[in-house]
Formats: sequence, structure tokens, C-alpha cells
Amino acid sequence: MNRVPLGQKVLKENDRIAAELRERFADHEILCLNLVSSPGAGKTSLLERTLQAFAPAQRVAVLTGDIQTDNDAVRLARFGFPTKQITTGGTCHLEARMIEKALADWRLEDIDLLLVENVGNLVCPSSYDLGEAAKIVVLSVAEGDDKPLKYPAMFFRSELLVLNKIDLLPYVPFNLANARDFARRVHPGIEIIELSCLTGEGIPQWQRWIEGRLKSRRKSLART
Amino acid sequence: MHELSIATLVLEAVNAEAGLRPRMRVSKIGLRLGDLSGVDADALTFCLEALVRETELASAALEIERRPQRNKCSRCREEFVVVNYQSACPACGETSTEFISGDEMELAFVEMEDS
Repeated sequence: MNRVPLGQKVLKENDRIAAELRERFADHEILCLNLVSSPGAGKTSLLERTLQAFAPAQRVAVLTGDIQTDNDAVRLARFGFPTKQITTGGTCHLEARMIEKALADWRLEDIDLLLVENVGNLVCPSSYDLGEAAKIVVLSVAEGDDKPLKYPAMFFRSELLVLNKIDLLPYVPFNLANARDFARRVHPGIEIIELSCLTGEGIPQWQRWIEGRLKSRRKSLART
Repeated sequence: MHELSIATLVLEAVNAEAGLRPRMRVSKIGLRLGDLSGVDADALTFCLEALVRETELASAALEIERRPQRNKCSRCREEFVVVNYQSACPACGETSTEFISGDEMELAFVEMEDS
């Protein structure tokens, strides 16, 4: 018997491409955010609200992933920013090479903010680094408030939790305090923003969060 | 459900290793899975078994080592296993502790025998 120790990351090829992307984003001063959630939590609605608030001159671009259809890209393209659909054809998550391929014919020097909408799924996207600066997990109050405990890897890896659809709180048994507590148990440092894409409540706070990240990115680049 | 694509990557890596030793056969595949890897060990085992059927790897055993989440205290530097998401330091009570491991998804080793 002959044991060959390997200690080899199973996703090393994805990690390699993600590291390359991260370097390219840094070179071009791009803030890349990776939005993850279960299906129907409101990632596309949040992106609609986000794009609405940006002036046409701002340099924003969107990649949106789905297993099938380009419905989301059609929804998001009407805001006038470069938008591309990634159709995975069955794969339940985005991988770094899909981002690399989608960016191939875009001029990165024309982008400041790259918003990536992952495939709706709280499990698999947590394993795949896309070179993003931060993962943002969206959870709607129409779901269970114990989702952070059921899908800890995703909440652990996300910097920000967006609690969406808070306009529904009077009609659903969702306990906000529990959700916050569960998320912080899994990830003590996670930031939390509560909002409604329907009424617009909390959206300014979300915009300020992005603005803050864009500014701190510029500052950190200025230092280096 | 991405265990099938993970299993495919694992077997590619195992076959690459086996290819370096043509006169030997793989008798055991060792994986390391952290609790925060986002991979279900049972589903992965199922996928690996399905993929190796009627291949040279069909007789190889599978060993999966689970790794719990481990944190390190920012104050007293104690390293500890996080149970039930309790990430405060068990030694000094400090709540600010730092993740050190528990998200592994690795091919740990392969064992080879003369064929």
C-alpha cells in the first residue's frame, strides 16, 4: 500500500480563474458584487431598484445567471446599462469561467460597478468564488426566518444580508429578530439591511452601502 | 445539487494521479470536507459511486474526513471547535473570534497498490 498525500483543492481551477478575475477587477478599479439567494427572494427586483437609482452616466454593468431564459436580462437591460444573461443550461450556480467568458467582449476600463446575479440557490453558489469583492445574500420575509441556520455556508460567506419584502411583515409569521440573530450566530460580523423593493423602504440604506464600498475601494486603491 | 460536478472534478484529479503510476491501481480515495464546504457527503458519495461503476476505480474505497469549523480567539489566541454556531471563545468569553478552518473541499490523498 502506498499513500500519496495530495491536499488538493477540488475547485482549484475555479479558484485560479477567480483569482485572475479579482486581479483584473483591481487593475480596472471595478467593484464586483455577487448577489445570491434562494429562487424568488428578489435579486432581480433589488437590481432593478439599484439600476433605477444610478444616473445613466454611471459606469455600471450587470451579469445575470439563470438555468434557462433571458427574462432577467430583458428586465434589467431597459435601464440602459450593459447587461448580459449567462444561461447555465442546467448548472445550479455560476462558475468563475462563466464570468470570464461573459466579460470577454466588454471593456473593463468602462466599468466601475459590476453586479452579478447568481442562480437562485442557497447551497451551491457558496462554493464558487467568482472573484467578487463581496457576496450579498438576499433573504425575503416570505421564507423561513431560520434559513441562516439551514444554509450556514452561504450566510457565513456573505458580507451583507439583505432582508427583502419587509412590506409583507404584517401578513407573514417571519420573525425579524430571530432572522437577525440566526444570521449573526452563523456569521457574527455580517451586516444587515432591511428593505422592500416594492415600496422602496430601506433602499437608500442599500444605496449608501454600495456607495461606501465604491468609496473604500477607491481609497484602498489610492493607498497602494 | 452540485455534487455531481464536484465528483467529476475529484475523479479527474484521481485519474491524473493514477496516470503517473501506470503499474498501480487506486485502492482508496481520501477526501476532506469541512462543515462549511456546502457539499453534502452522502450526495457526493452517491455521485462518486455512480461515476466509477465499470471503470478502473470501481474497486477503490472512499474515505471522507469531516472537518468541523474551528475559530481562534482574537484576545487569548485559543483555538476551538465551533459547536452550534457558538463562536465566542470558550476559554475567555471573548466574542470576537476569527475563522481558521472548516470550509475544506479537498482531495486529501489516494492510496495505490500494485495491480
